Amino acid sequence: MISFDHVTKRFDDGTVGVADLSLDVPEGQVVVLVGPSGCGKTTTMRMVNRMIEPTEGTITVDGRDVMATDPAELRRRIGYVIQQIGLFPHRTIAENIATVPGLIGWDRARTAERVRELIATVGLPEGVADRYPHQLSGGQRQRVGVARALAADPPIMLMDEPFGAVDPIVRTRLQDEFLRLQAAVRKTIVFVTHDIDEAIRMGDRIAIFREGGHLEQFDTPTAILAEPANDFVTDFLGAERGLKRLALIPVSDVKADPGPLVRPGDPRDRVQQVAATEGTDWVVVVDADRRLCGWAYVDELGEQVEVTDARPFSLRVFADDSLRKALDSMVTSRTGVAVRVSGDDRYEGMLTQDILTREIV
Amino acid sequence: MIDWAWIGRHTDDIWSATREHLVLTALPVLLGLILAVPLGILATRTPRLATPVLAVSGVLYTIPALAMFVFMIPFTGLTVTSAVIALTIYTLIVLVRATIDGLASVPRDVREAAEAMGYRSAARLLRVELPLALPVLIAGIRIATVSTIGLVAIGVIINVGGLGRLVYSLGFQRNFFMTPIWTGLALIVALSVVADLALIAVERRLTPWSRGR
Repeated sequence: MISFDHVTKRFDDGTVGVADLSLDVPEGQVVVLVGPSGCGKTTTMRMVNRMIEPTEGTITVDGRDVMATDPAELRRRIGYVIQQIGLFPHRTIAENIATVPGLIGWDRARTAERVRELIATVGLPEGVADRYPHQLSGGQRQRVGVARALAADPPIMLMDEPFGAVDPIVRTRLQDEFLRLQAAVRKTIVFVTHDIDEAIRMGDRIAIFREGGHLEQFDTPTAILAEPANDFVTDFLGAERGLKRLALIPVSDVKADPGPLVRPGDPRDRVQQVAATEGTDWVVVVDADRRLCGWAYVDELGEQVEVTDARPFSLRVFADDSLRKALDSMVTSRTGVAVRVSGDDRYEGMLTQDILTREIV
Repeated sequence: MIDWAWIGRHTDDIWSATREHLVLTALPVLLGLILAVPLGILATRTPRLATPVLAVSGVLYTIPALAMFVFMIPFTGLTVTSAVIALTIYTLIVLVRATIDGLASVPRDVREAAEAMGYRSAARLLRVELPLALPVLIAGIRIATVSTIGLVAIGVIINVGGLGRLVYSLGFQRNFFMTPIWTGLALIVALSVVADLALIAVERRLTPWSRGR
């Protein structure tokens, strides 16, 4: 765990970078520091590995005051990724990744094995090992930066706008990969960005800073979106707060409605009764195994429900999809609902706009 | 116009003059490097020192070569030592500047990354900053070498030897006998070109990473 206790940073010219900051970064979590430029987010991050030293207050890493720790030793246990990457241009990719293992004296075989493993982990082709950084694309270099930071398996990572320099498509892919990787390695991560959407996406918790180094709010993304602490935070979160929240909540978090459910062979009067109870002019058709067949207007059905009467749903959602995807499914479907199915296509219920509104408000 | 027979009779002289010229060039450049690199590092690490270091070596550079040679005579006489000291001083401005510029050419993010990875100051200098300063430093060594080759030729005035002897002592002072003059000049030019090409080869060898950038 990283802990800031009443930390202030005043620079030589008198400006305050960080003002009386108290904040805990829990073990295994991603804490995103976000805010406009000049808000002290990068300064805060750089104080963790003593690239900048605090003027007042204490920063501890796993209970040890960083100011009482040898800076080089401290830094070797903390991975560091910056937007400009800072790969060593005179060293091959393999040598770059092997930097910290080299500094802490791993033997050749162990280092080589680790380098091979990391090149695969970050999704680079094996052939890059002997190349020089300038021979790689921006996205590839960024992956090398992450691999180099992970090399000696540090428990803590500091990341300053790590995906800031690549184009949006590559960025989204790198973000996805980062989240997948983090789910496996569970590092304690301090992540700096100016992009609130990236913060919402990447953070287990978000710390929102304002100019002058003031921490305005520190909470989970959903909590911040639900209840911004003040006008600054509200402004900073920007438009479509509701949509941003929906994107964070999985479908499995809300209770789905059973809906107007019928099976092949159900007689016409039963179908009419089901639809009337639910207040719809259509019904959902599932087979004997509850597999989803589709939907049909009540008026179009004959004496009995037939599988062939059902029109397919063009979109369906799964338990781990977001409510935002469910909303998208609702607004593009003539039924106005999102149907939830299991991995083997069994009907699990449906989501309506009422359910979403209840969740958000 | 050229007396080939003379050249044939004097191959030994020509060879020894060339060897002297080489030594008189290599020695000051090496001594200059030994002095300039630490000075450049010092000036980079302590920005307060950068201006005085550059100013002093700059002033020394403005002293004409001939005056410098004469100035050295009371201290070290009409000797090779005088010439080597004077020539070393001339290489300093170029090499100190090249060291400072070379270190300044190391990208900020690379230096920061090295620091954040846990390099201590000395290791960072040796393993990251100096290797990356090499292209600029070697460019400085090339300039220092070629200009020293030219200056050594003038050193014949204080009798230091080298190819200047062919031009001056065996040519000018013998009623402008052109054969040694042409031979000496041709060899001085050849030496410059060969030295420069050799240094380019050294650079390519030492900085494989900068190829094809």
